[in-house]
Amino acid sequence: MHSLRLIKVAGKSIVKNKMRTLLTMLGIIIGVGAVIVMVAIGEGAQSQIENQIKNLGTNMLVITPGTSNAGGVNQGASSFNRLNIDDSEKIRNESAFIAGVSPVVFTRTQIVGGTGNWRSTIHGVTTEYVTIRDWELTSGRFFDASEERTGKKVIVLGATIAENLFPNGDAVGTRVLVRNVPMDVIGVLEKKGQTPDGNDQDDVALAPVLTVQRRLSNWTFIRQILANTYSPDDIDEAQVELRAIMRESHGLAEWEPDDFEIKNQDQLSEAAQGTTEVMTMLLAAIASISLLVGGIGIMNIMLVSVTERTREIGIRMAIGARGADVLTQFLIESIVMSILGGAIGVAIGVGGANLLGTTMGWNTVVNSQTVMIALIFSGAVGIFFGFYPARKAAALNPIDALRFE
Amino acid sequence: MSEKRAVIKVREIRKTYQMGKTKVHALQGVDFTVLQGELVAIMGASGSGKSTLMNIIGGLDYPTSGSYVLDDIEISKLGKNDLADIRNQKIGFVFQGFNLLARTSALENTELPLLYDRSNRIKKHREAARRSLERVGLGDRADHHPNELSGGQQQRVAIARALVTNPALVLADEPTGNLDSRTTVEVMKLFQELNDEGVTIILVTHEDEVARYAKRIVELRDGKIIRDVPQEPDSAADDLAELVARGADDPTIEELETADAD
Repeated sequence: MHSLRLIKVAGKSIVKNKMRTLLTMLGIIIGVGAVIVMVAIGEGAQSQIENQIKNLGTNMLVITPGTSNAGGVNQGASSFNRLNIDDSEKIRNESAFIAGVSPVVFTRTQIVGGTGNWRSTIHGVTTEYVTIRDWELTSGRFFDASEERTGKKVIVLGATIAENLFPNGDAVGTRVLVRNVPMDVIGVLEKKGQTPDGNDQDDVALAPVLTVQRRLSNWTFIRQILANTYSPDDIDEAQVELRAIMRESHGLAEWEPDDFEIKNQDQLSEAAQGTTEVMTMLLAAIASISLLVGGIGIMNIMLVSVTERTREIGIRMAIGARGADVLTQFLIESIVMSILGGAIGVAIGVGGANLLGTTMGWNTVVNSQTVMIALIFSGAVGIFFGFYPARKAAALNPIDALRFE
Repeated sequence: MSEKRAVIKVREIRKTYQMGKTKVHALQGVDFTVLQGELVAIMGASGSGKSTLMNIIGGLDYPTSGSYVLDDIEISKLGKNDLADIRNQKIGFVFQGFNLLARTSALENTELPLLYDRSNRIKKHREAARRSLERVGLGDRADHHPNELSGGQQQRVAIARALVTNPALVLADEPTGNLDSRTTVEVMKLFQELNDEGVTIILVTHEDEVARYAKRIVELRDGKIIRDVPQEPDSAADDLAELVARGADDPTIEELETADAD
C-alpha cells in the first residue's frame, strides 16, 4: 500500500519532468538499442551457420577411418582405412539407438549426358542415406532396397549436376554415362547449399553402394559410415554404443587404440560456430560498453537532480517522508526510467535489426532471450546507478535541505 | 477552560553546536508549555535561538539535552523514522518560502503529507485535501499549479497542506516574510480563524506586525526566554476591513493577479 503510493509519487515526478526524463533515458535507449542490433547481427550469422550444419542431416553420427601408428610414426587422420560394409551391417543389426546407417564410398569422375558432361563425385550409399542427411528429392524417386541389394545401375543427381547437364529440368528418365557405364537417372535431389566451409553439397550424385563398388571403382573399403539416431537425446549413448560395436567388428584387443573416429554433429559444428560466437561476444561487449555508459549517464543526471531537487527533498522530509521513502522514490524513478529506456531501446533495436535485414540483406535474429536480458540488465543498471544518488538524497538533513537555495 | 491539555511541554531544552573549535550555545535551558487552542508568537532577533527552537519543536532536530513532550509523546529520544512520523502526523509546517512542489497542483500539494502517513488514519486523500483547501478558501483553485497562484494563495495552499493531517500543532516559520502588508493581514486573519476553530498555532517571527495578532508572546534572546506574556490580540479581520475601506480604489497586486488567473 505504502510502496504503491511511492511508485505513484515517482511516476508523477517522471511524467512532470519530461525533458529530464528523456535525457536520463537517452543513454539507456542507445545502449540497449545497440546491444539488440549487435547481438541480432551476431546471432543472425550464427543461425545461418547452424542452418548449414543442420543441412548436413539430423541426429547424425559420422564414422571415419582412424589413424595408423606404425613404429611411432603417426600417419594422421584417415591414413589407416579399415571401414567396410560389414561394419555398417553390424551396426544396422546390433545397435539399439541407430535408426539408419549408410556406408559411403566416393569416386570422382566425369558424368556424360544431357547437354554435355560434368565432373563430380559419385557417392555410393544405401537407401537410408537420404533420411540420415534429411534430404528431399525435387523430382523422381530414390532407389529402393532391391535396387540397392542387386546393385542396379541407377543414379540420383544433385541439384548442381542436374542444373548443368539438364538445364530444362528433364533429367529424370534419361540415361547418363559414368565411366562408360550407362546409368538411369531416377531422381534429382533438393538444393542444400554450401557447407560452412564453402563446399557445394549439391555437386554430388548418389548411387547404390554396391553399384559404385562393383561398376565404378574397385574399392572395397569405404570412406565413411553415416548413421542417425532416433532422437537427438540418444546421440551420446549411441556414440558409446557405436564405438563398442566398431571395436568388436574390427576385433580390437583391450590395449589397442581405436582405428576409427566417431563424430557427432555438435563436434562437427563446434569449430564453425566458434568463430561466430567470438564475433557475437565481441559485438555484445562493444554494445555493453555503451549500455554501461548509459548507466553512468543515469547516475550523472540523477546526481545532478538530487542537488537540483534538494529543496523538494527537504519539503518531503519536513512533512513526514522518512529517509527510506525518499530513497525508494529516487530508486524507483531511476529503475522506471532505465526500464522504460530499455523498452524503447528494444523497440529501436528490433526496428534497426529488421531495417538492416531488409536494406542490407544481413541475416539478423532477435530472440526473446536477448530482449529479456537487455531489459533485466537495464533494470539492474537503474538499481546500480540509481542507488548512490538515491542514498545521497535520503541522507540529506531536512533543515539544510529546506534552507538550500 | 482552565484544564486545557498541554500540546507542548518543553523542559530545560539545551542545544549546543560545535562550530570548529568553539561551542555555540544556541539554546540554554528553555522552558515553556503551549496549551491546546493557543496562538503563540515566538519572537526574537536573528541569533536569538528561535530557529533552533522551532527546528526542535518541529521535530527536525534533536535537543542536546532536556525534555520535549508533544501531545504526550516524549520526542527528544525518538529515532529518525519515528520523528518523521511525528512530523507527518502531529505537526503541520508552514514555511516562509511556501515550499510547495512545482508543477504540482494545489490539490496534490495539499495531499502530499497523506502519502507519507503510515497510520492511514485518513482514508480518502483526495477528499481530505479538497476539504482542507476549502477551509483556507481555495476550493476553486484546486487544479492550479503554484506558479498560477499569488503569494498569498500559495501560502494558503501551504496552510491547507499543514492542516490536512489534523495535526496537534501548526508551526509557522515567518509565514508572512515573503508577503506584502495586505496579504500578511489576510494570512493572519486565516490563522486567527483557524485558531478560533481550535487549532493550536505557533508562529515564529521577528516582526511585531505579525506578533500582535497572537494571544501570547514568547521572546527569546541569547538562547533564553526573556519574556513570556499573554496579550489581547488585534483582530486581523478588523484590520483587513480597514485596509479595504481605505484602499478600495487601489487594488493590490494580489487582486490583480487573481483577476488574471480567472
